[in-house]
Parts: sequence; C-alpha cells; structure tokens
Amino acid sequence: MSLLKVDDVYKAYGDLLVLKGVSFQMEKGDIKVIIGPSGTGKSTLLRCLNGLTSPDKGKIWIDGIEVTDPKTNINKIRPDIGFVFQNFNLFAHLTALDNVSIGLVKVKGMKKSEARVLAMEELHRVGLEEKAGSYPAEMSGGQQQRVSIARALAMNPKLILFDEPTSALDPELIGEVLKVMIDLAKGGMTMLVVSHEIGFCRAVADEILFLDEGKIIEKGHPSELLTNPSYQRTKEFLNKIIKLYGEERDKA
Amino acid sequence: MIYQTLLKEFPYLLKGVLVALELLAAFMSLGFVIGILLSVMEVYGNRWTSMVAVMIERFFRGVPAVVLLFLFYYGLSDIYNISAFTAATLALGLRTAAYQSQIFKGAIQTVGSGQMEAARAIGMSKVQAIWSIIFPQALRFGIGPWSNEFASELKDTSLAYTIGVVELLRRAKYIVSYTYGNALIVYGLCAIIYLILVRSGNTILYRIESKLQMPGFETRRERG
Repeated sequence: MSLLKVDDVYKAYGDLLVLKGVSFQMEKGDIKVIIGPSGTGKSTLLRCLNGLTSPDKGKIWIDGIEVTDPKTNINKIRPDIGFVFQNFNLFAHLTALDNVSIGLVKVKGMKKSEARVLAMEELHRVGLEEKAGSYPAEMSGGQQQRVSIARALAMNPKLILFDEPTSALDPELIGEVLKVMIDLAKGGMTMLVVSHEIGFCRAVADEILFLDEGKIIEKGHPSELLTNPSYQRTKEFLNKIIKLYGEERDKA
Repeated sequence: MIYQTLLKEFPYLLKGVLVALELLAAFMSLGFVIGILLSVMEVYGNRWTSMVAVMIERFFRGVPAVVLLFLFYYGLSDIYNISAFTAATLALGLRTAAYQSQIFKGAIQTVGSGQMEAARAIGMSKVQAIWSIIFPQALRFGIGPWSNEFASELKDTSLAYTIGVVELLRRAKYIVSYTYGNALIVYGLCAIIYLILVRSGNTILYRIESKLQMPGFETRRERG
C-alpha cells in the first residue's frame, strides 16, 4: 500500500480550472519534487493533500485513509502530514520552543514538560537549540523556516509537504534550510517538495514531477529529466529556472 | 456654604461613582463576551451566522444610546418588571458589544490567515486554533482600540441618568436641586471626577498593554 495516493484530482477556483486530473503515488521514504511555472496549481495540489483545500473531484489517500472522504476526521490525519509554508507561518506570539511544542500539548495531549523536552530535541535537529527562547520576530527567515520544519517534525509525521520552502528567503539564507531538508531526506523521511532548487533535486530527489497547466506533463529521475527532458515545454521551463537559479547552488 | 455641603455630601457622590463603576463592569463584561462572539461569528461563521452578527451589530451601532435605554427600560417594563440598573446593563452592554465586535474583528483580521492555516495544519480544530493561536494575538492588537472604547463607555455610564439609575450624575443633580443652584460648582466637580476616572482607567490599561508587549507586537501608542 502506498503512503500517498492521489487519484485524478481536479480543483477550480470559480471559473479558473487549476488542477485538471492529477494522479501520482508515493512510497515510504520517497523524495519527490514538483516543479512547474507559477499558477499551475503546485500549491493548490499540496493544500489538497492535507485538506487545507478540498478538491472538486478525485480522491486522495494517506496511508490507506481517504483524506477526501467527508466522513474522515481531518484533524486526526493532519498531524501525520507535516506542512511547511512558504512564509513559515510560525505562531507569532510564541517562542521557538513553544511553536514546536504547542501541537504536542494541544493536539496530542502531551504534558507541557514532556512536550518541551521533545520540542528541544527537534530544535536540536534543525540546529536551533540556542534560539529556543526567541520569538519569530527575533529570528531570520532561514531560522524561522527551520523552526517551522521542527514544528512539523515534532508531530512525528509520516510525510512532510514543503510548499516552496525557500522562495521567501534571501539568497544567503537558502542554504541552511536546504541543508536541513537534505539531512531529513537522508534520514529516510518521506518528502513532497514544491521547489525550483535544482541542487536539492540532484542531491536527494527520487523523482521530479513537472506540473504545467494543472497536469503532470512529465516525470522522471533528476538525472534523466534535468538533462534529457522528453517534452519541449519541460525543456523550456528548465532552461528558464537554470538561468534564474543557476546550477552553481547545487553544491550548497 | 456650598463647599461645606459638597464636603458633607462627598461620600454620597462617591457612592454614585461606585454605582457607575458597577454598571460599567456589568455592561462591559457583557459587551466583551457578546462582542467576541459576534466577531467570531462574523469572521469565521458561515453566511447565515455572519449575517445575523452583522445585523445585530448594525442595529446597536445605529440607534442612539438614550433610545436604547428607553427601549430596554420603559419598553420592557410593559411586559417584565425590569430594574433601571438591569435595563441600563442590557442596553449599554449590547451597544458596546456591537462596537467591541468591530474592534475584535479588526484585530482578528490583523492576525492573518496564515496563522489559522498553520494551526489547522498541525491538527488543531478550528476552535482550538481560535482559542490558542488567534485570540492571544488579536488581544494584543485589540487592546489599544479597546482602551478608547472603555473610556467612552465609562463616560456614557452617565446616560443611565435618563432612566433613573442613581449614579454619579444623578446624585450631583440631587445636590443641585436641594441647594437651589450652584450648578456650575457641583457639575464641575462631577466633571473632574469623571476625568480622574477616565485617566486612571487609561493608565491601568496602558500598563496592561505594556505588559503584553513582545517582539513582533509593538503596538504601543504614543500616550496612554
């Protein structure tokens, strides 16, 4: 049984059809990266997976439970699906430590003291133990994003969805976030990442999905898809992002 | 002569202050609870709950306070034996609820939808997210405007005079009546007492606001 199964998902906002029949699967430990021009439904697709948006048609299963079934209690499944936002969305009134521990207390019913010990471990994992007492406004974008990854990790998720995790960051801060993500990938975490960081793709991705105009046009291992794409559209898009993001950051 | 009377009647006036403060506490608490309810209905409710909230809010903001007082006192007296104090609590409480709902609504919207999404994404229910994530932040954004509402309602306790609540202003009026004049001095003292009350109230709220300051929530006003 696949950890994630997406079957023929459609989503429209008013007259605008954003997703036009997307299907794919992920097994435990898979690292997949979704690339594609802006406005092609990458974020919408991710948001459908944890129920922040409901698809109009199609079904989604996480570890055998159908997310899209109205009878499913989505609050019970969401801790299993980590979500990392482009704009971090750390809880602004809480310290880094409380940001990571609050889910354990409120959602998992853990004791505050136990939750804090666990949260501290997760902060250690993203290299930010010393920022435990800092508020989001006191941290850099890169640090905030690492705390938000720790917040997702604390819930012990089966997979983590990353929605353009480095797009809102200054260039010099991207590396520290990618490093955390690469460590996670190497540690066996199942990850679905919307990103145009070619370096990340090359380093850890098992498969790249090219999403264009609401459909997965092409998919393949980075070594094939990045060097020898089958479709002209994929080729043009890759040229654009390589020009924009550069190959050099690969080594980051 | 009048000064001696005032000195003698000062405790009588102070009792009026107490009545005014009791009234204020009663209707501000009512307004706080209902105001939060209305704002949550408006921001997070469905079409119907939000429409109901908007209608309630428009009504109580659109009708003059004295008319509300008459409605709740003389109007309700026809069907139910209501005390002037209770009528004033209801009338002014629902009116401030309407104003407070606007303050809370603005504060909630300032918090931003990303906070709600992040809370839901780790598995919190909507109610949990509102309670543990949205409210603590909205409170910090809202306390400045709320202080203004507090000051204006403190002054408006004097409107309860019109339906016979024996608060500060009515007591002053009694003194004016039985000393045959001295309106300027007696009402002047009354004005000074209101002024002191408003300033002390604002100072306390300003202190609370300062205590709630934290990085990312620098909402502090220039003066309290």
